[in-house]
Amino acid sequence: MKILNKLKAFFLTDFIGAYILAQKYFFRKKSTLNYPYEKGKLSPRFRGEHALRRYPSGEERCIGCKLCEAVCPAQAITIETEPRDDGTRRTTRYDIDMVKCIYCNLCEESCPVDAIVQGPHFEFSTETREELYYDKEKLLSNGDRWESVLSANLEQDAKYK
Amino acid sequence: MSALTLISDNIFDIFIILMWSMVVFVPILVGVILAVYGDRKIWAAVQKRKGPNVVGPFGLFQVPADGLKYIFKEIIIPDGADKILFIFAPILTFSLAIAAWSVIPVQAGAVLSNINVGILYIFAISSLGVYGILIAGWSSNSKYPFFGALRSAAQMVSYEVSIGFVIVTVLMCVGSLNLTDIVLAQKKIWFVIPLFPMFVVFFISALAETNRPPFDLPEAESELVAGYQTEYSAIPFVLFFFGEYANILLMCSLTTILFLGGWLPPLDITPFNMIPGFIWFLLKLIFVFYMFAMVKAFVPRYRYDQLMRLGWKVFLPVSLAAVVLTSSILFFFNLAPDLI
Repeated sequence: MKILNKLKAFFLTDFIGAYILAQKYFFRKKSTLNYPYEKGKLSPRFRGEHALRRYPSGEERCIGCKLCEAVCPAQAITIETEPRDDGTRRTTRYDIDMVKCIYCNLCEESCPVDAIVQGPHFEFSTETREELYYDKEKLLSNGDRWESVLSANLEQDAKYK
Repeated sequence: MSALTLISDNIFDIFIILMWSMVVFVPILVGVILAVYGDRKIWAAVQKRKGPNVVGPFGLFQVPADGLKYIFKEIIIPDGADKILFIFAPILTFSLAIAAWSVIPVQAGAVLSNINVGILYIFAISSLGVYGILIAGWSSNSKYPFFGALRSAAQMVSYEVSIGFVIVTVLMCVGSLNLTDIVLAQKKIWFVIPLFPMFVVFFISALAETNRPPFDLPEAESELVAGYQTEYSAIPFVLFFFGEYANILLMCSLTTILFLGGWLPPLDITPFNMIPGFIWFLLKLIFVFYMFAMVKAFVPRYRYDQLMRLGWKVFLPVSLAAVVLTSSILFFFNLAPDLI
């Protein structure tokens, strides 16, 4: 066996085999994704940028229960509430510090009315830190922009909840 | 006579010399850019990646763009460094890498200086290359560059020995040290066929000599950060990088000249010998470089003791035996060439 191994080493058989394998892979289909032009498929559960949703009537879903604020492990959410003229309690302030946020999805899971959700959008990098302190207005506009995708995703995932 | 009149009297000659330098330098510059690009592309393809493909057509401008980026960066000289030697080392590496090219014939007669000891000249210049690395490692006054330089020096010296013996076997079959004569001696048969084991030894030693993977211990990232180039940035780094790839191309062209028949077509019949010689030379050069790049893709890095064992305990005896064997065959079968 020892002589055989020596012979193998002498005739560089390992290297020739490796070369043939490398040459095979050379012509294989590339697995590179041309990122900004091609994008991978996202799961309906994908935890991207936050959004506050509305009912079809246009009324905000959020009832200011502060469950998300309480559950948030990074303490990224700040909520202030006040009763409105019609007697319902609504938020006057709903801020998410996107720099603190760890994208764990606990806020979405805790929400009793499916108001705060994490959508499929993940390319929201900014040039300043301040732009990442989202307020209620920004979150609501996110919800309006992504509503069709958000509701479709929630519906797809509903049977597993 | 003052220096100024010396220059003004010989202005025409100086101009001619500069022009000839550009004739060598510009093709090497283009060659190095394409080599780095090809290297990255081949390496990527083996790993099922696409490699550079964004900057310019097919990513061809990636390398010039990287080069420009380095040129606009700040040259950082460490406080503890020997400043003169620190700057001198990359210049030395760079200029030696260029200087060796002046005797490489790309076609019959197409050589800058057809000196009669061309192969010795190249051997001497590439041996001097180790000084650039040693000076860089020492003058950086830092641990990693120093270890990298020591390793590199030991490695290059070890493998130069076997390269020397391989060249001796080729020279015995030719009877001349002139590179053009070496190519013309392969008219009947390329030396890669009768001297195939020597070709393999030369190829592997060339990998070690140019610090290419699997022998890139001097710059093994996991152990030495970047070896002797660790403290270098901006233009000095570009000079090192350029010199390294120019040396790789030099070794490829040397392999072509010594074993693959230089600019000679594979068969001296009509469709082949219609094609100009330098195209054959380029094709062979590209083939050898392709093998260099493939080796980088599929061979893991050697351990330092394995490297030394291969150099001293395998290649040295094998090439020494080959010298004896070749010379005896040439002598007893009366095949030795007439000295040109």
